[in-house]
This record gives sequence, structure tokens and C-alpha cells, in this order.
Amino acid sequence: MRLSARAGRRLVAGIPTLWLLVLFLIPFVIVLRISIADVRLAIPPYTPLFSWHHGTPHLELHWDAYQFLLTDALYVSSYLYSLKVAAVSTLWCLGLGYPMAYAIARAGAATRPMLLMLIVLPFWTSFLLRVYAWIGLLNYNGVINNVLLYLGLIRHPLALLQTDFAVYIGIVYSYLPFMILPLYANLEKHDQTLLEAAADLGARPWRAFLAITLPQSLPGIVAGSLLVFIPAVGEYVIPTLLGRPDQLMIGRVLSDEFFENRDWPVASAVAILILALLVVPILYLQRLERRELGAK
Amino acid sequence: MRSRRLFARSALALGLVFLYVPIASLIVFSFNNSRLVTVWDAVHSPTLKWYGVLVHNEQILRAAWLSIRIALVAASCSVVLGTLAGMALARFGQFRGRLLLAGMTTAPIVMPEVITGLSLLLLFVAMEQLIGWPRGVGAVTIALAHITFCMAYVTVVVQSRLTGFDQSLEEAAMDLGARPAKVFLRVTLPLILPAVASGWLLAFTLSWDDLVITQFVAGPGSSTLPMVIFSKVRFGVTPDVNALATIMVLIVAIGIVSSTVWMRYQQRRRERDEQLAAAANM
Amino acid sequence: MNTASARASAPRSADPDSAYVSLVDVTKKFGDFTAVDAVSLDIRRGEIFCLLGGSGSGKTTLLRILAGFETPSAGTIRIDGADMSAIPPYERPVNMMFQSYALFPHMSVEKNVAFGLEQEGEGREQIRRKVGEILELVRMSGYGARKPHQLSGGQRQRVALARALVKRPKLLLLDEPLAALDKKLREHTQFELLNIQQRLGVTFIVVTHDQEEAMTLGTRLGVMNHGRIVQVGSPADIYESPATRFVADFIGSVNMFEGRVRGADAAGVYIECDELGCTLRAEGAASSAAGATVWTAIRPERINIGRQPPADTGGTAENAVRGTVREIAYMGDMSIYLVQIASGRMLRVTLPNVTRGADRPLTREESVWLFWHGSSPVVLAE
Repeated sequence: MRLSARAGRRLVAGIPTLWLLVLFLIPFVIVLRISIADVRLAIPPYTPLFSWHHGTPHLELHWDAYQFLLTDALYVSSYLYSLKVAAVSTLWCLGLGYPMAYAIARAGAATRPMLLMLIVLPFWTSFLLRVYAWIGLLNYNGVINNVLLYLGLIRHPLALLQTDFAVYIGIVYSYLPFMILPLYANLEKHDQTLLEAAADLGARPWRAFLAITLPQSLPGIVAGSLLVFIPAVGEYVIPTLLGRPDQLMIGRVLSDEFFENRDWPVASAVAILILALLVVPILYLQRLERRELGAK
Repeated sequence: MRSRRLFARSALALGLVFLYVPIASLIVFSFNNSRLVTVWDAVHSPTLKWYGVLVHNEQILRAAWLSIRIALVAASCSVVLGTLAGMALARFGQFRGRLLLAGMTTAPIVMPEVITGLSLLLLFVAMEQLIGWPRGVGAVTIALAHITFCMAYVTVVVQSRLTGFDQSLEEAAMDLGARPAKVFLRVTLPLILPAVASGWLLAFTLSWDDLVITQFVAGPGSSTLPMVIFSKVRFGVTPDVNALATIMVLIVAIGIVSSTVWMRYQQRRRERDEQLAAAANM
Repeated sequence: MNTASARASAPRSADPDSAYVSLVDVTKKFGDFTAVDAVSLDIRRGEIFCLLGGSGSGKTTLLRILAGFETPSAGTIRIDGADMSAIPPYERPVNMMFQSYALFPHMSVEKNVAFGLEQEGEGREQIRRKVGEILELVRMSGYGARKPHQLSGGQRQRVALARALVKRPKLLLLDEPLAALDKKLREHTQFELLNIQQRLGVTFIVVTHDQEEAMTLGTRLGVMNHGRIVQVGSPADIYESPATRFVADFIGSVNMFEGRVRGADAAGVYIECDELGCTLRAEGAASSAAGATVWTAIRPERINIGRQPPADTGGTAENAVRGTVREIAYMGDMSIYLVQIASGRMLRVTLPNVTRGADRPLTREESVWLFWHGSSPVVLAE
């Protein structure tokens, strides 16, 4: 009887583990393996791991893809550009998201769920269509230019679309809820009497904020920033629709290498290099989340 | 303190404007007569012309139907898998493989989609070579990919609901003679049902919406709605997409707003009951 | 256990037939932490046994082991002769009333109570009859259709009790059964609980941190500290003859003194106590070797206070000491006096306020005599 209960538990944990092993973890092993292969004209279009010479297997390791990526200026620049875009967008997100989360956390108990719903609502509508909406706004003859012209603030339409600015806007717009929600979850728990105590001890409001609220909200800041930064590095849709045609982000490079050039090893090597950069932040984020769940 | 609050409130107002202006403009220009999406044709607008164009677009309708079917399958399967994973993570303590499972359920949420997409496609190719299945890419591989990343979200939702509720309820059921499976069906599941339902909806939305991963694992005959939209908008704005967006936003807004209102009504009724019970103490 | 009365009440050597629940060397470790440390205990059929202890004393873990939610790291548990080691919670003849009550929020009161019977596969008619009976017993007959959130705290407690009793378990475990109730309701419920227990004759094990609750509910008490049972006995035994300094201090308030045994005769054991400034004579205490260091406890209400020295001792330095009243706290039914003696030590004395304005009341800074009967000091084992 007891054994069957234990077997049941093993099944409950085992099925999703097995699923994710096969469809999430093993694929990375395959990516890693293909990244050290060479291209060839065949199906599949890469060299096998072992080749046979006179009946003995030879391990075929090709580092060409990595060598290529690390020396070619185009790839290096798109790698660095992706980091810059992700970092700048994360800062913008934080700058806008923090005061928003703060205002929601300090709002009345009746309005708070309303405000949270307003923050989350866009998240439920199509990401692609929300990015698309910005084309209409930022276009040369788009809404923003038309309004500015009408108000007489500018004489000639501004080039807003296909700029870094447009990409920042797109990323901030799409990922803002990911910044606000962890920040809100953190700020909401703060003990207001601490601020009152600080005020009582003579701290001016901004000082009290810097000395008490900000340090306490650090876990929320880190979690929100990572939730924006990590996926933003590999972002594909936003730079493709809103960004510069002359400077690609690394996600687009991966996709182009795979679909346009059919160079699987290089595409895989790009994926590995992005992962190498992100593995530390991802693990750190997981530790934060574990602590958050443990604290409950 | 007032200046800080004022600053935060204006940032909130600004942020909400920022979030909703693009959506509003999508909707407004869906009623515009002009083919130039952003120039308002005051003479012939508003018009439902683009809605008419939309419902006669075979390609879009076919893609939407495929997307719905995939989303239904992906949401339903991922809810089962995600609930199992959530149960294991929230209730089984420190079992062997816990760290592995926990890591694999949170990583897909932040993983850049191009990487997930590429790795899944390479897996399907390798599998076909090794065991002859799946034969080529298409709806099946799209569904498998969607289940994988959707279940991560469901797991998080279910797990946080489970950690939020009193475990002694399950112990009480067991104490009264219910075996573990029965405990789950009679006590745990009814109590986490709201979380499971919102997990399903979330999974449906994510599957319905996904473009990047889908592009990797889709075949020639299996274009989902986001893929069709993307290929249209990549080369500029088209008004019938605005009409489509308006319909989608409307459905979501009605759904979310009515469910929120309903939940608040339930909560208020509950609070009233509790007050009455406390007032009539003994 | 040095005192004679404590030894008499120790259940270890009791008749095995009367041991209905028996724990032998039960130990539970969580990693390096030992929550329950080699507990051996016999509980008799039909009694209310209270496990009393502070938070982290292991009492709740012990209860959860009995219910089957925790597997002991070592030791055996028998209930009515049957070994429970391999029996999962859903097959044990044991039910539990949870501290949070753990009423299923999505089921009505009736459904909650019927849940256990449904698992047994009983007929619908029979279930309805049993549910009706038990709800009547806890005076909740009219509430069957309500949901838990529509009940007050006291009503929830009664439903939880009914749900745990409806299967007529051999053993009912109650985890802090009254902790969630407000003070007035608690007293009333205590007696109701006793009444129900007597009518059904079910064996109760109650876990509580509240000594008053343990005293009124329990036929016997087991005091726990650091995972061990430090003393078992009737409420009076535990209060009057605490075995250790921990028990004496934990239950009620107490004055404790360290001293050296001088000798013993028919009148009791004589202990020299420098801090007290007099000789303590403890009647009926087991004699220790002369020169041994021992602790002695005297309850505040067992000390008399007066302006004159006690007549019978005639001013000898035995069980009497001079002091000065430093604080008086008026508590309504009684007053607490803090009296400082020559060594500087404060003694706590309580006196009931029986007559109204009879004598001239003691005032602060007044010089007084403290004295007590030879049966009052209790020599502690450790």
C-alpha cells in the first residue's frame, strides 16, 4: 500500500521531469554538439560526430564556427549591440517601472487590483500586434509625427522608426509588466512604519526613501531587471519590425544563419555563445525565485 | 512624502498612457477608410471596410483555425504537465531531482526564444533520424514545442497557489481516510482550480501568440496566425491587421474585465458572509 | 525523579494491559536537528493526555508522528496493540483536529463531516444518520448546509471536532484545540470538550502550549522540552511536585533556590541555602547524600507573609526569613508581593484577597516575615 503511494509520487514528479529532459535539456546538448560540427551539403547539413577510417572511429571536432564568430567583426558587433540594447532597455524599464510599482503599492486597497489588472491586461493581448502598433505610431507619416507637426513643434517629420530609440521603446513597452510585477510584489510587503520611524528620527522623505525603501527593494529590482534583460538579449521580433536594418541583434543573426545561410553549426554556436552569457543571470534569477518561494 | 507620491503617481499615469495609446491607435485606425493606416480619412471614416476584407481573407482564417487548434491542445496538455510539476515542487519536499525539475520549469520563461526554437527544431530533426518520428515538421511539432514552454508558466502559477494554501487541508483529508489520489481529486484540485484555469488561459494565450519558436518548428503547410501576421506587417502596416487586432483585443478585454469583476463580487460576498458569521458568534 | 509522588505517577512500569497507545524510544530527526528524542510513553484507554511544551519542544512533531504524517527515524508506536510503523495516515484508526481546523472551504459543514465516512464506503443513509448525530452532539444541527466561511470561530471549532469524531477513532489527536478562540469562548469550550470526551469515551491526546488549558483538560500531562518528555503525571503532581527546574519554572511561577543538603531525619530533609539566609526543611523529599547541591522550589501561594514572626518556629531560622516589601501588584482576586530578603534576592508571594478591607493592608517598604510549611518546598531532581 505504502509502496503504491510512493510510486504515485514518483510518477507525478517523473512525467514532467521526463518531458522537460527530452524537450528542453537534451535539445541544448544537441545544439552544443552541432556547434562543434562542420557544414556540409547533405541532410542533415553538418558533419557527424564520428567518422570511420579503416574501421576505427575518429572524433570529429570542428571549432570553425566559434573561430568564425569570434573573429568576424559583424558578429562581434551584433553581440555587443545586443548587450547594449538589452542593458539600456532594462534601465529604461526600471526607471519607468519602479515609480509605477511604487504608486500601485501605495494606492488604496480598493484601486490596487484595478491598477494591477491594467498593467497585466496588455500582456494578455498579442505581443506581435502590440509591437506592430508602434510601427503606426513611429512611422515617417505616423501618428506621433502627425501630432507634432500639427502642434507646430517640428517642421519636418522625424525619423523615429528603424532607430535604436524605436527598439528601446518596443522592448520597454513589451517587457514593462515583467519589471513592475516583481517590484510591486516586493514593495507591497514593506512596512510603512519604518518610513514613519525614519521621518520621526528626522530623515527627509527622499533621504528616507534612499536609506530604507530602495535597499529593501533590491531583490525586486534585481529580479525585474533580469526578467527583462535575459529575454531582451535574444529579442528577435522587436528589432526586426522597429530596428535598424544596418545593425542586427544577435537573435536575428542566429535566425538568419539558420534560415538564410542554412549554416547549422554557426547558428548553434551563436546560440551557445548567447547561453554562455546568460547562464549566470539565469541561475541567479532561479536562486532569487527559490528564496522568494522558500520565504513563504 | 507628498512630492514623492506625486512623482510616483504621475509616472503611473504616464506609464498607463504609454501602455494603452498604441492599443487605442490600433483600434481607431481599424475604422479608417484609407489604405495608409496612419492618415485619417475624415470623409469616408469610420468604416467597417477592413473587417469585411478580413473575414474574406482565406489565408488568415485558415491560419487562425490552425492556431486555435494548436492552442487548445497545447493549453490542455501543458495544464496537466504543469499541474503535476507544480504539485511535485510544492508538496514533495526535497526529493531527488527536485533542483533539476525546478530549474527546467523556470528556465524556459526567460530563455530567449530563438534559442528554444533552434534547439527544439534540432531535436526534432535528430529524433526523425534516430526513430523516424516526427515525420517532418508541422502542427505536431508546433504543439510539442508550445506544450514545453507553456507548461513552465502553468507550473509557476500552480506552484505559487499551492504554496499559498494551508497544507493541513490535505493532511486532514488523508487523516480522514482518503488515499493520495483521492485527496488530490477531492481537496487539492477543487482548491487550486482557479489557478489551474488561469494557467490554462495563460497557456492558450501564449501558444496562440507565439511567433519565434513556432517559426523554427513549423513546416511549409503549417502557418499559424502570428506567422501570417508577421509576414504581412514585416513590410509595413496593413489595415486589415488592425481590424484583426481590434477583435482580439476586444475578446481579451471582455474576458479579463468580466472575470475580474466576477472575482471581486465573489470576494465581497465572502467578506460579507464572514462578517455576518463573526457577528453571530456562538 | 526524586520526589515520591512523581515516581508513583510515572507510567513506565504501569500494567501493560492499560497501555492503549504505547511509544517506545520514538525519535525524529530533521537533518541535524532532533525534534523528538527517544520518547517512551504509555497512554491509557479513555484518558485525556496533554502534551505540554513551548514552541520547538517537539510536541507537535510527536502528534504528527502519531497521526502518520511524519515517519519516526527510530522507535515503535503501537495503538491498541497494533504496530503503526508501516501504516499510512489514511489507514490509521486515528483522527486529528487541526489547529487551523483545516475545514475544506469548498464543502458544506455536512460534506466536511461526511468526508471521512465516505472514504469508508458507508451507505448514504447511514452516513446521513451519523452526521446528524454528531452535529447534534456538538450543537451544530442547524448549520449543515453552511460553508465554513459562514461560521464563527467557535462554530468552526465544533465542526472540526465533529468531523474528527464521526468515525469514532480509537484515538483523537487535538493540536492546540482552543488556541484560535478568544479567552471567554475558550473556557466555555474547554468544559464542552470534556463533556463530549466523557460521553464518547474516546482517548484524547491534546497538544498545547497553554498550561492552564493542559491543567483543566488533561487527566495526565506530559511536559516536553528539547524533544524529550521531562515529566509525566497528573496536573496536581506536576504542579505540586515538579521534577525538574524546567518543569517548575514552566508551569506557574515559582521561587527557586540552590542549596546544600545538610542531613535528614523523620521531619524531612534539611538544606542550607545561603541565598535565602535560612535552613529549608522539606518534608517527604527523598534524601540526597549530605553535602550534595540541590535546587528547591517554593510556589508563591505557599508562602505566608506577616508582620510578626511565625509563632510555632519562635523565630528560628528554619523555613522563615525576613524581608522588605518592594512591589505590590493588585490583581483583583489576589495580590502579588515582591519581597526583598537580606541577600538582595526578590521573592514572589501571592495572597488571595479574601476579605474586604479587613486588616490594615501591607504597604511598600514595610518590613515583613515570610514563612512556609515544611510540605511546601519541593526538592528538584535537576
